[in-house]
Amino acid sequence: MKVLVPVKRVLDYNLKVRVKADGTGVDLSNLKMSMNPFDEIAVEEAVRMKEGGGGHPAGTATEVVAISIGPEQAQETIRTALAMGADRGILVKAEGEVEPLAVAKLLKAIVDAEQPGLVILGKQAIDDDSNQVGQMLAALLDWPQATFASKIVVAGGKINVTREIDGGLQTLSLETPAIVTTDLRLNEPRYASLPNIMKAKKKPIDAKTPADLGVDVAPRLTVVKVADPPKRQGGAKVKTVQDLVAGLKAAGVI
Amino acid sequence: MAYDAETRAQLIAGVRRFVEERLRPIEAEVAEADAVPEWALKEMAALGLYGLSIPQEFGGLGLTMEEECLVGFELGRCSPAFRSAFGTNVGIGSQGLVMFGTDEQKAKYLPGIASGAIVTSFALTEPEAGSDSAAVRTQALRDGDVYVLNGAKRYITNANRAGLFTVMARTDPDVKGGAGVSAFLVPRELKGVSVGKPEKKMGQQGAHICDVHFDDVRVPAENRLGEEGEGFKVAMRVLDRGRLHIASVCCGVAERLIEDCVKYAGERKQFGQALASFQMIQAMLADSRTEAYAARSMVLDAAKRRDAGENVTMHASCAKLYASEMVGRVADRAVQIFGGAGYTADHGVERLYRDVRIFRIYEGTSEIQRLVIAREMMRGGSI
Ligand SMILES: Cc1cc2nc3c(=O)[nH]c(=O)nc-3n(C[C@H](O)[C@H](O)[C@H](O)COP(=O)(O)OP(=O)(O)OC[C@H]3O[C@@H](n4cnc5c(N)ncnc54)[C@H](O)[C@@H]3O)c2cc1C
Repeated sequence: MKVLVPVKRVLDYNLKVRVKADGTGVDLSNLKMSMNPFDEIAVEEAVRMKEGGGGHPAGTATEVVAISIGPEQAQETIRTALAMGADRGILVKAEGEVEPLAVAKLLKAIVDAEQPGLVILGKQAIDDDSNQVGQMLAALLDWPQATFASKIVVAGGKINVTREIDGGLQTLSLETPAIVTTDLRLNEPRYASLPNIMKAKKKPIDAKTPADLGVDVAPRLTVVKVADPPKRQGGAKVKTVQDLVAGLKAAGVI
Repeated sequence: MAYDAETRAQLIAGVRRFVEERLRPIEAEVAEADAVPEWALKEMAALGLYGLSIPQEFGGLGLTMEEECLVGFELGRCSPAFRSAFGTNVGIGSQGLVMFGTDEQKAKYLPGIASGAIVTSFALTEPEAGSDSAAVRTQALRDGDVYVLNGAKRYITNANRAGLFTVMARTDPDVKGGAGVSAFLVPRELKGVSVGKPEKKMGQQGAHICDVHFDDVRVPAENRLGEEGEGFKVAMRVLDRGRLHIASVCCGVAERLIEDCVKYAGERKQFGQALASFQMIQAMLADSRTEAYAARSMVLDAAKRRDAGENVTMHASCAKLYASEMVGRVADRAVQIFGGAGYTADHGVERLYRDVRIFRIYEGTSEIQRLVIAREMMRGGSI
């Protein structure tokens, strides 16, 4: 089974986001960019399916292809996936913001060409937190989907996915081909070893454009405003539950 | 082989991330226990850190000196005790073999050294031969196909974990000084090799040094590294490289301390203002930054020269002397900027202050570096 893993280049999760002065977005200039952490989990799962590990026998995945949509530098994100163990990469070069629907359409075009048995995506990207691409891709392909996976078991041509939901665990059984999105507890991604980082350079990356794939990526959404969260006001300590209830009532929250 | 810029950037980023996420969080615990936990040793090996300087054909990364120093800058950002765990494999414990080994010797040992399966030690110092390292008394007398080794080595890093020692021993008792010394690869399992208990040290808890004794150890003649009488040359060539590596680590520790200082000085308030707003604090930060930058520049320059094939004995000594003294001053200022919090154990500043003290002593004391620099100058060789 071939597995596709889309990986997004986002602001490094350790960095604090700064909103641009004009409120049109966040300032990314000269900041460290890394692979979206949920996508790292997706790559890890796919590589385990290939190499064996995390409950998957080796060979569960026959090939792992990492795809990134973004500027030229998104190639570095693909290299990270290759260093973790993906076999090859596809870079769809697109400058500026590419909205979830456009991403899903681009991915559909790649899926049509590559015919994978499974696409594993991060449940969301930590920059815009849209949480849409996996679902939209499933809809465009009309494939079964299981989002927020905390466990994936491939057995008898089916993909059984455990999801963490309110009040417990839900397990879905999907026919292949299928779409799965990862949650935080699915696995702990590896650190690519230094020799594998060196070897990643030799693995192929195909470059494509949205035009090659016949997709119009023009934005459909307008960002009205991006603002910092309101500054926290200092809190207050209360001595008794009665004081707390009285305080909450006074604040009009209960 | 030199790697391209993108690969190099990914390599550095990979090391930095590992250091930040896996090693830094357990610094205090390692110091307290005087041991690096087994899982961390395994992860360092899995990452490939033992093989940084081992040629690719033997399973290492084959980094150039410049690349090794760039990695050293990153490794310095956590307790130097971690680096010590694989440091001998990267530097003094392996480089004699890399530079002077025969094909058979390399094929036998280098793959295990690169993977971390074999930990190596470099055994030069003796009770009576410290700075005057050419005065080694350990003897290796030829007896047919073997050399019989007798003597004692002192302060040998990683001796308690080592599977292979590079030992400097006198093969010709009639020749005083370096010319009578040869280098040997001595596997730990040979009969008559024994290792003492780890010494109690001032800093770098988790990294260990021990005495090593050789008692009629019969070392096969094929384990000699280089020719008879070349041992001191082997040691000095190894130290050229080792000194640059140490200097790069000094820069890394200094840069980390400076970052910690900037952060603390920005947060801590006295007299209604952040410490960072006081000019006397700013002066300390600026001096530290300037000196760290100078040291980094020296290290990179010397490393590039070495990669270009120049003799860098003097440059390596200059870099090691300056960087090790520099990090001492930076650590001292860091304690001062942190005040009481710098003297107590919570922020790790006092720990690093103790940790960096050794950099002025091993792989040649600061005084010995000055002697080397002056000697090279007087030779009129390099400027
Ligand atoms: C933590 C640690 C790890 C070590 N690891 C290793 C290792 O792995 N392998 C190994 O072989 N050795 C190792 N050593 C030994 C180390 O290299 C020596 O301690 C160092 O070279 C100094 O030698 P010494 O201790 O005998 O000091 P001495 O040589 O006795 O020096 C004492 C003082 O006298 C000064 N001095 C000596 N000669 C002169 C001179 N001619 N002019 C001016 N001043 C002089 C020195 O600079 C120093 O200040 C290690 C030591 C330590 C503490």
